[in-house]
Amino acid sequence: MNAPFPHAAMTAAYLGTVASVSTFKLDAVDDIAAAARDRRERTRRLGLDTPLAWGWLLGPLLLLLYWSVFSITGFLDTRILPAPWTALTAGIELVRDGRLQANLAVSAWRAAQGLAFGTVVGVVLALVSGLSLLGGYVIDGLVQLKRGIPVLALIPFMILWFGVGEAMKVTVIAVTVFAPIYIHTHSALRAIDLKQVELAETLGLRRSTFIRHVVLPGALPGMLLGLRFGVTAAWLALVVVEQLNATSGIGYMITLARNYAQTDVMLVGLVVYAILGLGSDAVVRVIQRRALTWRRTLGA
Amino acid sequence: MSVVRIRNLTRRFTQKGVLDGVDLDIARGEFVALLGRSGSGKSTLLRALAGLDHEANGAGEIVVPDRLSVVFQDARLLPWKRVLDNVVLGLDGKDSRDRGREALAEVELTGRERSWPYELSGGEQQRVALARSLVRRPELLLADEPFGALDALTRIRMHVLLRRLSAAHNPAVLLVTHDVDEAIELADRVVVLDAGRIVADIRVALPTDTAARRDRFATLQHDLLALLGVETDGITQYSTRQRMSA
Repeated sequence: MNAPFPHAAMTAAYLGTVASVSTFKLDAVDDIAAAARDRRERTRRLGLDTPLAWGWLLGPLLLLLYWSVFSITGFLDTRILPAPWTALTAGIELVRDGRLQANLAVSAWRAAQGLAFGTVVGVVLALVSGLSLLGGYVIDGLVQLKRGIPVLALIPFMILWFGVGEAMKVTVIAVTVFAPIYIHTHSALRAIDLKQVELAETLGLRRSTFIRHVVLPGALPGMLLGLRFGVTAAWLALVVVEQLNATSGIGYMITLARNYAQTDVMLVGLVVYAILGLGSDAVVRVIQRRALTWRRTLGA
Repeated sequence: MSVVRIRNLTRRFTQKGVLDGVDLDIARGEFVALLGRSGSGKSTLLRALAGLDHEANGAGEIVVPDRLSVVFQDARLLPWKRVLDNVVLGLDGKDSRDRGREALAEVELTGRERSWPYELSGGEQQRVALARSLVRRPELLLADEPFGALDALTRIRMHVLLRRLSAAHNPAVLLVTHDVDEAIELADRVVVLDAGRIVADIRVALPTDTAARRDRFATLQHDLLALLGVETDGITQYSTRQRMSA
């Protein structure tokens, strides 16, 4: 047979081989891809998934659910603990006659003032004692001493020194708040990487620049953790001062209700405290998330 | 005229790192590589020049310029500052941010000004560190194994970049490394430190002609490796890196 283009046949044959080779290759690639997928599926994820925005509410809602169920079934005697809706109606009643808002405003203002003073004092003391040896020698031991003294034991002296007015109440709250803020800020500050300190030295940073751009941001995670403890501590201290010497505030409302055996009003007070605690902690957590976007951790 | 002058420098630590009578001069714009085995005292010398050895015992004379920058093995970016803020950290003046942007452009990181450090690769982070050093217009650049943690390809790119930048800005450079090829490729002069003493001070002077360059490179490589206690067979491999960047 006369083959005018003998090469054509060869080329075709060759191409055929190439084609089969490349098919084979593609198969191999698919196999590898499948193996890779397989491998991915078998890798156990140890980190956490992206958290739901309102996931943290689940626990408190479950508590509410149990409480309701136990109240409906009569498992929980209403003389021991009134039902949630009793608290709700009592709360609505208190809001209607204005007592709840008025007392809440007074309490919140006290807590806010105490928290503000306590935070500033805690952070400043932590800076002084964390960044200078002498400051550490003087301050650290004193703070530990203070931590050993319960707030309740301190109050008689606070009354002697500051009277029974607002100054005493705010001071007690501030004194309670500053300790956790100090502890956490101080330990975060001392944990700042020496490498970053060296970097600051080689860049010739002034002390103020060093504190503002290296120390404070570096200690911020600890400071915010301290603030979470501090916020809760502020509400706790508030309860103590308001139940001892007050003519206004949620604590006073509870004390008054206790005297008249109004369990529903007392309950409203407790619920309000709980919600305040939960709410303020949530606020701090939002601040945490916003302020620490630069971090890549298990939780963020 | 020398910008660095070290005379009879001695350093002793309670734990480790010893310098024993080191003399060294570095001329303006000169690129010096400091080679040595681990524990030879090369990092100690660099830290002494950077003024970071607060706890050291020792004596000797050190003269360094005021405008001195350090590049560490890790980029040491502050994780809570965006890239540009890291570059201009501690700089005063209205134009500092513009200068920072220029420096980032020089290390080919335009557009990454607002990135967080964790979003960058290792090589990119080290380029930011380089920009942070250069924006301070140093007369002396101290680099402590700056490419040690990078992969081989990134390292070649960084070599090219560093060579270009040091040609453009002309600072004196002291590059601490244990990589012989890197030292020969980058430096005008290679100084070898062993047990706290300078045991060799060699001018690199690579010829431009390719064949002659290859020979000179191989000779230097052989000699320096020998000084570092690594015996080669005399027909040392012309390094992959050299082939790729030649």
